[in-house]
Amino acid sequence: MSELKVSEVSKSFGEKKVLQSVSFSVKEGEFVSLLGPSGSGKSTLFHLIGGLYTPDEGELYLGGENINGKRGKISYTPQSPSLFPWRTVLDNVVLGEELHAKPNKERASAMLERAGLADYVNAYPHQLSGGMRQRAAFVRSLLSPQPFICLDEPFSALDEFTRLDMQKWLLSIWEENRKSVLFVTHNIEEAIYLSERVLVLSSNPATVKREFTIPFERPRREELVLTEEFLDWKKQIYHELRSEA
Amino acid sequence: MEVEGTASGSTLMIMKKIVEQGWRPVLVVILLLILWEASSRLFAIPAWLLPSPLTIMEEGLSSWSNYAHHLVSTTKLSIVGFVIGTSIGLLIAVLLHLMPHVRQAFYPLLILSQNIPIIVLAPLLIIWFGFGVLPKLFIITLVCFFPVAVAALDGFRQTNAEMKHYMYMAGASKRQVFSKLELPHALPTVFSGLKISATYSVMGAVISEWLGANKGIGVYMTLAQSSFRTDRVFVAIFFIMLLCLLFFSFIIALERFCIKGQPGQEAKS
Repeated sequence: MSELKVSEVSKSFGEKKVLQSVSFSVKEGEFVSLLGPSGSGKSTLFHLIGGLYTPDEGELYLGGENINGKRGKISYTPQSPSLFPWRTVLDNVVLGEELHAKPNKERASAMLERAGLADYVNAYPHQLSGGMRQRAAFVRSLLSPQPFICLDEPFSALDEFTRLDMQKWLLSIWEENRKSVLFVTHNIEEAIYLSERVLVLSSNPATVKREFTIPFERPRREELVLTEEFLDWKKQIYHELRSEA
Repeated sequence: MEVEGTASGSTLMIMKKIVEQGWRPVLVVILLLILWEASSRLFAIPAWLLPSPLTIMEEGLSSWSNYAHHLVSTTKLSIVGFVIGTSIGLLIAVLLHLMPHVRQAFYPLLILSQNIPIIVLAPLLIIWFGFGVLPKLFIITLVCFFPVAVAALDGFRQTNAEMKHYMYMAGASKRQVFSKLELPHALPTVFSGLKISATYSVMGAVISEWLGANKGIGVYMTLAQSSFRTDRVFVAIFFIMLLCLLFFSFIIALERFCIKGQPGQEAKS
C-alpha cells in the first residue's frame, strides 16, 4: 500500500507562512507532478513528507499510516545526485536499501544494467557524467525498500538534451516498476510529459491552486511533446501559473 | 587518454613521476652539500664547531653499531606513542562530535592543552611517573593527539549538507549517518592530521629522551653534545629526519590505500 494523502497541511517558519492548507493525494502506481515557481515551498513540502519537519496543522498519511514527522517512509532522489564519492556506483545505489536491510547487489547490478550503466558498476561517481550520476541517484531510490518515491527537481541541473533523454529514460524504467511517484519541477513540459496529474502550486504561502489530469496514454512517445494537444495543455497550465501575477 | 587499468601500471606511473619531478630537489641537496664541504675545507672550520659532510658520513658509517640500539629504541617509542596518541585523538574527536554539548564544554580545554610547552610539563611528569616509558609516552601522546583530533572534528563538521540531507530523508539513524557518511567523509582531513602527528611523534620521542632516559637518539645526542662530538649530533639529526620522512611516507601510502574515488588521484579522461 503506497497511497500518499496530504490533508490540510500548513507550515510556518517564524512569521512566514510557507504552506497554507495543502491537500492532495497520490494513488498507488500513479505519477504526480507538483509544479510551482521557485521558492513556492515545494521543498518544504518534501521535507514534511520525508519527516524532517512536522506540520503545524494537518496530517500526512502513507498507505493509511500517519507519517507526521516520521523519517525513512519514502525513498528520495534529491536535486543534486548526492552520491558518495568514496563508494563505487554499485555501492552507492544500494545505500538506501542498506540503511534498512542487507543489500541485494545482484538485483542492483541488474538494475544498473537496465539503466544503461553496465560499464560503470564499479566506477566512482567522479568518473560519470551529470546525467549518469542522476540516473544512479534514481536507481538508488528504486532499489530502496520504500514503495513511494519523491523526486526533487532531479533534472534541473542538466542541459536540455540530457534532460529530454533523462525524461524518456525515467518513464521507461518507471513503467517497469510502477512505484508511486511524486515529482517536483518548475518545468511545465516535463510535468505534462511525465505525469498522470499535474498539481499547480501558488506561492506565498503555497497552496494547491488547481489540478490537471493529463489524459495521454502510456507508454508515451517522445513526439508527444510536439502535438497540438500537448501544446494546448501547456498553454492552459502556463496561464494558470501566471494568473496570480 | 589511455586508461591505466592494472595496479602495476599505475605504480609504474607513480615511479616515473617521482623520477621526473624528484631530480630537482635531489640536485639542490647535492649542491648544498658540496658547498658545505668546500667551505669547511676552505675556511678550515674546526670539526667541533661544524664538521664537514664527509666527516659526518664517515662517523655515521663507522660507528653504526654504537648507536643502532638507540635508533631502534626511538623508533619503537615513536611508533607506540604515535599509535596511542592518534587513537586517543580520534576517540576524543568522535566523542565530542557525537555529543555537541560536551564538545562545547571541552573544546577550549583541548586548545589549552596545546598552550603548555612540553618542556615545562616534563619535571611534573618525571615527579609523577619517574624515568620509565610512561612519561615519555605521555609526552608523545600529548603532541600527537591534537592534530588528529582537530582535523577529525573539522572533517566531521564539514560533511556535505546535501548528502546528510539525503541520509536523513532516507531514514538513516544518527549512527548510520556517522558510520556511513561522516566518518568516510572526514578521512582525507584525518589523514592530514595523521601526517602532522607522524612527524610530531618523532620530535616528541627525542624530546622525551632528552629529559631522562638511558637509551634513544635523544640520549645519544645529549652524550655527543657533552663530549663535543658535533659530528655525532649531526648523525643523530640525520636519522631523526630520516625517521620523520619514513613515517610521513608510510602515512601517505596508507592514505592512498584507504581513500578511494576522489577526483585528482588518477588521470581524468
